[in-house]
Amino acid sequence: MSVDELSRAFRQHGRIVIVGASLAGLRAAETLREEGFTGSLTMIGDEPQEPYDRPPLSKQVLLGHMPADATPLPRRRALDAQWRLGVAATGLDLTGRQVRLADGEEVPFDRLLIATGTRARPWVKEAEADLDGVFVLRTSDDAARLNRRLTARPRRVLIVGAGFTGSEIASACRERGLEVTVAERGPAPLVGALGGVIGAVAAELQREHGVDLRCGITVTALEGDSAGRLTCAHLSDGTVLDVDVAVIALGAMRNTEWLAGSGVAAGPRGVACDAGCRAFDIHGIVTDDIFVAGDVARSPHPLFGYQFLSLEHWGNAVTQAEVAAHNMISSGPDRLPYLWVPAFWSAQFGVNIKSTGVPTMGDKLMITQGSLAEHRFTVAYGFQGRVIAAVAFDQARWLDFYRRLIETAAPFPLEFANVDRRPEGLRAVPSEFPDPSLPSHGPTVTLSGYSPSDRKVTFTPARM
Amino acid sequence: MTSGTLLRQITDYANRADPYPLYTELRRTPVARQDDGVYTVSTYWEILSLLHDPRLSSDLRNRVPQPGDALPLEEDPSLPVSFIRLDPPEHDRLRRLATRPFGPPKCPRRVFNMRGELTRMVSDLIDGFQGRNQVDIVDDFAYPFPVAVICKLLGVPRQDEARFHVWAEAIVAALDPNPAEGPAERQRASQQARSEMGRYLAELIEEHRHVPGDDMFSALATDHGPDGQMTPVELIATGVLLLIAGHETTVNLISNGMLTLLRHPDVLKRLRDDPGLAVPLVEELLRYEPPVQLLPQRTALDDIDIAGTVIPKGAPIWLVLASGNRDPKRFPDAERFEPERRDNQHLGFGSGIHYCFGAPLARLEAQLALTELARRLDNPQLVNDPPPYRRNPVLRGPRHLSVAFDDLLA
Repeated sequence: MSVDELSRAFRQHGRIVIVGASLAGLRAAETLREEGFTGSLTMIGDEPQEPYDRPPLSKQVLLGHMPADATPLPRRRALDAQWRLGVAATGLDLTGRQVRLADGEEVPFDRLLIATGTRARPWVKEAEADLDGVFVLRTSDDAARLNRRLTARPRRVLIVGAGFTGSEIASACRERGLEVTVAERGPAPLVGALGGVIGAVAAELQREHGVDLRCGITVTALEGDSAGRLTCAHLSDGTVLDVDVAVIALGAMRNTEWLAGSGVAAGPRGVACDAGCRAFDIHGIVTDDIFVAGDVARSPHPLFGYQFLSLEHWGNAVTQAEVAAHNMISSGPDRLPYLWVPAFWSAQFGVNIKSTGVPTMGDKLMITQGSLAEHRFTVAYGFQGRVIAAVAFDQARWLDFYRRLIETAAPFPLEFANVDRRPEGLRAVPSEFPDPSLPSHGPTVTLSGYSPSDRKVTFTPARM
Repeated sequence: MTSGTLLRQITDYANRADPYPLYTELRRTPVARQDDGVYTVSTYWEILSLLHDPRLSSDLRNRVPQPGDALPLEEDPSLPVSFIRLDPPEHDRLRRLATRPFGPPKCPRRVFNMRGELTRMVSDLIDGFQGRNQVDIVDDFAYPFPVAVICKLLGVPRQDEARFHVWAEAIVAALDPNPAEGPAERQRASQQARSEMGRYLAELIEEHRHVPGDDMFSALATDHGPDGQMTPVELIATGVLLLIAGHETTVNLISNGMLTLLRHPDVLKRLRDDPGLAVPLVEELLRYEPPVQLLPQRTALDDIDIAGTVIPKGAPIWLVLASGNRDPKRFPDAERFEPERRDNQHLGFGSGIHYCFGAPLARLEAQLALTELARRLDNPQLVNDPPPYRRNPVLRGPRHLSVAFDDLLA
């Protein structure tokens, strides 16, 4: 059979298994059907629920505005799939082409999509993590339990870690009128994601809203009573805090353990894949039948120095899943590269935060619109003379423009005249990331085109 | 044909009924300099990117005077400017203040809660067709309905409608950028109308301040938020904007919608059988026959390099939304009316910071109105095709829309 015939036969009668029944898995499945895949489709998920949306968990659900089980993902179309929910995948047989499940069953496939995502990083000390009152927030069950406890009005909530999740939880607690302490190892909230300059604004926001924010500090121990209920927390500066709820918000861990020994290049940093979402094997050779999408994937992005980026972004899960699904049922030149410009949003303390590009690459920044003092601004991040990212606080409608600047490697600092430019926005200042990890090579490519099919990479010389 | 004459043709009243072939022509040059120095932008992606470009100003004070520029620079300094013509940070502050009594986060259910009342208004107007076999959809329905809604929402006495209708007509006429038809005269009439409307609103708002009701003017006059309050002058400017924008565009959305449905009887029948179709159908209408055809008041704050053309600093820019909406590079089968079109991110409400303030209300009004018209008019027929149009090329819609029908259903 010719390649075309094989491809057609696979579209009609092939077997696709998707491991991970959350946002990426669902959107991939829908795309497969949308693009005419009529073969068998199996969805495997370790949670018993139908795919649901996570962003509301740390916002509307924790505010008590919406029950935790009321965030199902809207379906774009009927799927006609076999659903295996509530059973985790435990292994992958690459040569035998089977996924092993926790209940002992084996599911054969012709092509596999890995979309197992991440889970919350638990508190380091297991015994302390088991105390009644210690929570993480990742699943809808987590949100339901935490919401129940917040509704019972604890005396004080301790949040360990002031990244986006920790800050959103702190915001929800304050909106409910609860006393909140946030303990952050870095010098400010969000500092790992947005740098110290913007982190300082986040710190002001927290304090203005009555958060007891403590930076440059770690939690050394959580302590419970004889009944196993959390009673207090010990901090690295020697203070002891009376708390009955602690939320561990120390980031996520990638769900790759089930792939151990499978021969796929999977590890703590995710599953490495090429720009077409095809997983690498442990030799670094691209597989042709194993695809990856969503939080668990690490793929190289030409626009950002071909760095392997792993992004825990909602939009990444959707777009990467769509590209992966398309490529799973396409061959050769019909396959698309995954060229999404990273973007994420957050809502906290009444402010809508939106980001595009890779702020952590930016060594300098300038406030191009609005003002830090008003907590309403757009900031552009620069790296080696080009725009690499932009973040808006309550100014999200401008971000598309900055995304185009990033895509076209526009020069930084930005010198053009524009609306609402204040004197502070006229010069670039260091962005103050605590530990900048700078890639080694300069701007060599730009993106053009809008729709997925005419997205193109063009090599351009670095601006000196 | 030069593009200069092309734009003249688009604004020419003779082509009001069907400007779309001219837009197709216009899109051959996505960004085109016209004879009078105006830059027209007619393709989807270019319009969208300029709507998000902070180098574009909505404030006419940033415009470098062009020979033959259709829009006058001379604004009467005693007349306040509404936020549609302002840039951040003033724009943002005023729009935030105006949003507080209208939508989320403070009033998330304002529009939703009007559903019952809107349904009643629609039913009452259609009940009024009783005993007739022909109506003018514009005069008998598409105009009175949004006017009643905006009066209710803002807290304007319904009986004053006749007064502000005259002012609104004069103000809207001045938005007509056609230089051939006495712009200076229209401008004077518009300023006169603005002053009179301003005095009227000042009194009205003062009444609401003393005896507040559950309406937006009362809330704007009495509510204190994190941004404080609007000054009396700002309140009047906002009032003029909301009153006019709230009743001039929805008329066109509903009448363009009914016209399109009558030209697509299969779709009309489907809507009758499945009211749920109204949601995607109204989106497609906003793409296919947008009530706001173009935005003629943007100005470049810097040289802008786009689609191979540099728009110089200070130049006036017209964003031709209706043309972008039919750009085949963005919408497959763009000239076709497809009520269930997917991926329909049209420019019908604009985009960016000036995105239509009343969009949620306009959507609801059009959905309810078209569903009920489709359901209750038995065998509706278009009497004139094309119908006579209103003068304005910016806010385009039929002046009259005569529809004959066999019977009025319950």
